[in-house]
Amino acid sequence: MMTFARTDHSILGRWWWTVDRWTLAAVILIAMIGVVLIQAASPAVAERIGLSTFHFIERHLMMLLPALGIMMGVSLLSPRGVRRLAILLLLGSIGGIALTLIVGVEIKGATRWLHLPGLSLQPSEFVKPAFAVVAAWLFALHRNQEGFPGIPIVCGLYLLIVSLLLMQPDLGQTFLLTAVFAGQFFLAGLPILLVAVLVVLGISGLVAAYFALPHVQSRIDRFLDPGSGDNYQVARAMDAFQNGGLWGTGPGQGTVKMSIPDSHADFIFAVAGEELGLIWCLAIAALFAFVVIRSFGRAFNEQSLFALLAASGLVMQFGLQALINMGSTLHLVPTKGMTLPFISYGGSSLLALGIGMGMLLALTRRRVGPGEPL
Amino acid sequence: MTDAHLSLTGFDMAGLDRAPTRAEPRVRYQSRTQTALEQGRARLIVTAALFSIAFGAVGLKLVDATVLSQGAEPQATTAATAKPPQAGRADIVDRNGVLLATSLSTQSLYADPKLVIDPVEAVQKLSKVLPDLNGEALLAELRTPKRFVWVRRNLTPRQQYEINRLGIPGFAFQREERRVYPQGSLVAHVVGFSGVDNNGLMGIEQRYDQRLRSGEGPLRLSVDVRLQHVLRKEIGAAIEEFRAIGGAGMIMDVRTGELLAMVSLPDFDPHNPPPPQQEQDTDPRFNRNTLGVYEMGSTFKIFNTAMALESGRVRLHDSFDATKPIRIGRHMISDFKPEARWMDVVDIFKHSSNIGSVRMAAEVGPAGQRDFMAKLGFTRPVSLELPELGWPMIPNPWREVNMMTISFGHGMSVSPVHLVAATAGMVNGGILRQPTLLKREKGDEVPGTRVISEKTSDVVRKLMRTVVMDGTATRADAAGYVVGGKTGTAEKVKGRAYSGSYRISSFVGAFPMHDPRYVVYVMVDEPKGNKQTFGYATGGWVAAPAIGRIVAQAGPILGVRPVDANAPEIVHALAINPQQSAPGPQLASFPGGQR
Repeated sequence: MMTFARTDHSILGRWWWTVDRWTLAAVILIAMIGVVLIQAASPAVAERIGLSTFHFIERHLMMLLPALGIMMGVSLLSPRGVRRLAILLLLGSIGGIALTLIVGVEIKGATRWLHLPGLSLQPSEFVKPAFAVVAAWLFALHRNQEGFPGIPIVCGLYLLIVSLLLMQPDLGQTFLLTAVFAGQFFLAGLPILLVAVLVVLGISGLVAAYFALPHVQSRIDRFLDPGSGDNYQVARAMDAFQNGGLWGTGPGQGTVKMSIPDSHADFIFAVAGEELGLIWCLAIAALFAFVVIRSFGRAFNEQSLFALLAASGLVMQFGLQALINMGSTLHLVPTKGMTLPFISYGGSSLLALGIGMGMLLALTRRRVGPGEPL
Repeated sequence: MTDAHLSLTGFDMAGLDRAPTRAEPRVRYQSRTQTALEQGRARLIVTAALFSIAFGAVGLKLVDATVLSQGAEPQATTAATAKPPQAGRADIVDRNGVLLATSLSTQSLYADPKLVIDPVEAVQKLSKVLPDLNGEALLAELRTPKRFVWVRRNLTPRQQYEINRLGIPGFAFQREERRVYPQGSLVAHVVGFSGVDNNGLMGIEQRYDQRLRSGEGPLRLSVDVRLQHVLRKEIGAAIEEFRAIGGAGMIMDVRTGELLAMVSLPDFDPHNPPPPQQEQDTDPRFNRNTLGVYEMGSTFKIFNTAMALESGRVRLHDSFDATKPIRIGRHMISDFKPEARWMDVVDIFKHSSNIGSVRMAAEVGPAGQRDFMAKLGFTRPVSLELPELGWPMIPNPWREVNMMTISFGHGMSVSPVHLVAATAGMVNGGILRQPTLLKREKGDEVPGTRVISEKTSDVVRKLMRTVVMDGTATRADAAGYVVGGKTGTAEKVKGRAYSGSYRISSFVGAFPMHDPRYVVYVMVDEPKGNKQTFGYATGGWVAAPAIGRIVAQAGPILGVRPVDANAPEIVHALAINPQQSAPGPQLASFPGGQR
């Protein structure tokens, strides 16, 4: 591995000595495990849907390498640069989501994709890290500058994005965005009474979604009572874990994975369970946990409220996505389409995660003092 | 932020807990930032703790899913809860549990024209397996842009195998249920049939459609296929012998009202029911027993006699003038085989005298007769578990001339099942019970209404026995079963007038007459006399012999113990009071002055 002299004051040299190298290493390790798993899981899927055997692997690598590159590049930015990037990205992705409603292509009952020459983008993936950073900025402004209406602005922004997302509809992203926003709001000093009110509101929102949206209801019913309906993927996923046992069947040796339709995407953790076994699954979970806890630790030491809020927002998004994915694969929570960061196949998701983690790394770089003024 | 701010921040760290006040704006600003940061950090710990717990849960579940559940059975995949498939249509069984109707699962062939590559070749190949296939029509259908075309419903397993082996793309099988009637046409009019979509279209199948769909157990009918066989065979034989156009018959348990057999000929194959026809006489689907209403002829004299005796105005040995025909308006009422003498009630019944019957009815009058007929249920359709029930045709107004003709069974039409139910009520001690096609369980309360006294019923039984012993129906007897009954020969209305050569010959009987258990009825529609019958086609010649043969075969099936008809106790039980019998006509009284 390349090293830099402690006295190297070039941009890269400073970066190397200030960036959270452990988190960076963990993310790259996760991505490498992901390549192995995609390699194992996707040929069966590709053949089933009539694509060439290595279609998904090629596509995955084509997206993963740029994503990692973007992550590195973004991590070079200063907090101010991060903020500017986030604002631009937020404007772009909100526009993109609005555009999907007009020119989007409907896939599986929702219009989430924008088809550009060469690639398809899912703008809702990019709105999450962008909004986390912008929200952190507005919260920090509200707390630090008297008279600045940061919270009303951020709430308005939140409502705008959520209503756009619900029009697609994309409940998974809505949920994740809301959870991260609520977490940031909590960190930004929301009065405890309001926290309680919001928790109640959130629960009633979920209950309302349960009764108002039939497919949410069926998901939750199937989670609570596996016998009540089609929980094929989850049942197969559990079989896969069971088949894997402690040591796994070995990469490429799994058989249950063949019968999991989304094995290369939302259910890739089950492939890990079958082929790599408990030890490696625990290692993957531990890697995610490591990134999350360590980033929280770095955020804790931030001297500026903006950096603290933005870093925690980004890491919450990363952690929640991993938790929900692993949880639904393990039948801990109801199934919700969500990718396992840096492991699952999915171009937009990878790029957005690259940007998000890049911003996280940029924000958690060791700095002297509270950083630049806001 | 500037360096100046930084130093102040450091300064303020000590006073972190102090509540900021508006009086110190500079410090408040610093304190405010720092408070927010500290609060954020504190809450960050909470958040991080929650995340740690969540990751811990994932880890634990991982251990559980991989190692702890090792060796457990793989989870059974549960299919999505679809609408539960319609439970099979319930079976229909006879009183002994013999299958009358059941549902078999079959395969039906359909095509998705969009997927059929070469319709001509497909039709060509299919025709080899299904030679009766309408190739032209199918070809036309296969060329439409439809996505679903029935080719053939309910294939046999062999046909399915052959078609499968052809391997024509675009053709597939759909599991279906087919109603099968193992007894064929034997109980066709009772059971009825179901359409291709398994909805009842006739008989019990239609009447109990909901019940049969509801998934309850088999529906048990009162009929006994063994008796059904006997009845059908003998009626068929009578129809053939007398070149009749049809016939019908029933056997009823007089104690419960259960119909043990019900046959209407011609009948049909319920698997392939013929289209209904306009002309009921030749329609195989027409149930003569329930839907047909006929002038019953002399069998009605059972009720006429019972009515007269029950009224108290006529006694058994009263004599009436039957010396010459009665003329009323332009009608002439005469006897078929005139005795041309004074006759008492016993003789009138035994010789089936129309004139005598009119004289007896006159003692009761039109109103009394109408009330009695209504009491017997002759003014309304019977209440039976079939959709095919005929309305009786009754005179309105009920004048004297109607009374006269009704006394010997003309001028009023009822269905044979009316007649059978009422006859059962005459011989069973006087209780009219609703006829039923459903099996009554032992101990079931069988409701009934008293229509005549036990005494009158007793006399009617004796009279019916004399008809078989030395009256018009000696051929109806079956050795050991003490049959009694009454013949009937009714002229049919053809066009607008009675026709002498088109008649309905019938016999309604019961056995054993000393303790009647069963009523047996046979009617033959438009019989033609032959050499053996010396050209006669009356009830006594046509229907009575069939009854004799039916009882001889049904008796053992029903478990009726044969007795010696000449045994003293039987003779005594059926003897008409000898002290009062055979008085001369000159000794009789003539109440009412009907001369």
